[in-house]
Amino acid sequence: MKGNEAIAEAAIQAGCRHYFGYPITPQTEIAAYMAKRMPKIGGTFLQAESEIAAINMVYGVASAGKRVMTSSSSPGISLKSEGLSYLAGADLPALVVNAQRGGPGLGGIQPSQSDYFQATRGGGHGDYHMIVLAPSSVQEMAQLTIKGFELADQYRMTSMILADGTIGQMMEPVSFDFDIKEQPAKPWATTGTKMAREHNVINSLYLNPELLEKTNIERYKKYELIAQTEAMAEEYLTEDADIIIAAFGIAARVSRNAVNEARAHGIKAGLIRPVTLWPFPSAVFAKAADHAKQIISVELSMGQMIEDVQLATKCRVPVSLCYRVGGMIPTPDQVYQAIVEANEKGGK
Amino acid sequence: MNYKRITLLAGHYGSGKTNIAVNMAMELKKEHEHTAIADLDIVNPYFRTLDSKNELEAAGIRLIVSPYANSSLDIPALPQDMYAIVDDERLYSIIDVGGDDRGALALGRLSRRIAEENNYDMFLVINKYRPLTPDAQSVAEVMQEIEEAGRLKFTGIINNSNLGSGTDAECILGSLDYAKEVSELTGLPLVLTSVEEKFYDELKGKIDNLFAMKLQKRPVD
Repeated sequence: MKGNEAIAEAAIQAGCRHYFGYPITPQTEIAAYMAKRMPKIGGTFLQAESEIAAINMVYGVASAGKRVMTSSSSPGISLKSEGLSYLAGADLPALVVNAQRGGPGLGGIQPSQSDYFQATRGGGHGDYHMIVLAPSSVQEMAQLTIKGFELADQYRMTSMILADGTIGQMMEPVSFDFDIKEQPAKPWATTGTKMAREHNVINSLYLNPELLEKTNIERYKKYELIAQTEAMAEEYLTEDADIIIAAFGIAARVSRNAVNEARAHGIKAGLIRPVTLWPFPSAVFAKAADHAKQIISVELSMGQMIEDVQLATKCRVPVSLCYRVGGMIPTPDQVYQAIVEANEKGGK
Repeated sequence: MNYKRITLLAGHYGSGKTNIAVNMAMELKKEHEHTAIADLDIVNPYFRTLDSKNELEAAGIRLIVSPYANSSLDIPALPQDMYAIVDDERLYSIIDVGGDDRGALALGRLSRRIAEENNYDMFLVINKYRPLTPDAQSVAEVMQEIEEAGRLKFTGIINNSNLGSGTDAECILGSLDYAKEVSELTGLPLVLTSVEEKFYDELKGKIDNLFAMKLQKRPVD
């Protein structure tokens, strides 16, 4: 199935019965799939009048304690950003998918990873984070969608699937043999008091600055806990690696081929693939910096994740960038050449 | 295969229409000097007949495709020379109709003329392993939607069941009952079972009307 379909089916299997969206290439298959399936399983598919309307519908269903999602692509995510900030301010769980395309502006419809900053820094206004998951296969599109719903409920916050046009469009076999956990109780949800309890209030407006400060500080304690416990990365041949590639999503798949090519030529190359972009798997990079001579960040952007790699390694190792933008994808050969150059340079 | 003057391929998006269309055009060209392949997909800007432009042109097959296909301009444009399909009666063509009923809407511009001439086949391409068409009932629904949108009746079925790079002979054999059920439910004959050429020898004799295909596109590794 297609990557976008895998997300939609996984969401349904995770118990999501509410989808609100607005079409945009290259993620429209998610909406198309939901439009076909939701009416048949007692769910709601609604094509909103705009991205902004859709994200606010998500806010509504999340307040009522139900699993809910929306999806879009880069320009559409910018439109949703106000809503993302409100979801964070109201501590609401939701799943948002961004199948990134080239930017800025309307950009192009081809794949990109240039919304990394937007996603990992929150996107909208105010102090907040989203959990950001970066699938690099169609199987992982499904798997991380389920994980995304679980984390969102567990921490009462938004999970974002930061995919790209390639993974959204490509077709691979998928197994749906998932062990889906029961949804947690949501005693905070606005489900009606039945005259038996006080009203639950969902709100992001604080008239009292002291209370707003306290709420933000408490939220950041939660973020700290998530950073310690939920960071995920896949390591490939890193143990003895001199040259380490940092790459996520589609860039990681290309890089893996380049690493194999380098190994075949006797260069000790390895790959660290962050699966969570926020929290960033800093510890894995810090450990790799103990023995690596060079790190190359391979990105479909002008260099965004590279800053997190530099922070994680405290600049103990030179970090260079290998990139394509505008909807272009680096070839394995381009990445391999970057490895060869880095290897010749040596480094620390 | 015995081709009519116009062969249309329609079905659920991602069922494999474009691959079959390109392979059919190659085969058709061997029988007919004037052969064309037309890409009427107004839905998906990504996977297009144009990806095989070089092979098709080298074979001398006329390519009828929107000037915006494979560009980054995501608009549902039709090729201006698509009327050659119905106007030029020397021309034998394979038409790759876009996915689902939305894609088949584009056919409405040509369907009356095609039906009047009545020298056409329209094949429903099915894939058991696509998530929204796993059984005969769901295929029949898609079929009806496409017929209503495209205003043309199907004449046969092509079983293109595959799991992409995860396909094996067993997976293809496991789709035969499904194809049979679709055929019985829709009343349409099963015309071909299309498989990647590497499975042809293994499956020959086990499946009737086997059609070997070169895959035009490969998934990213």
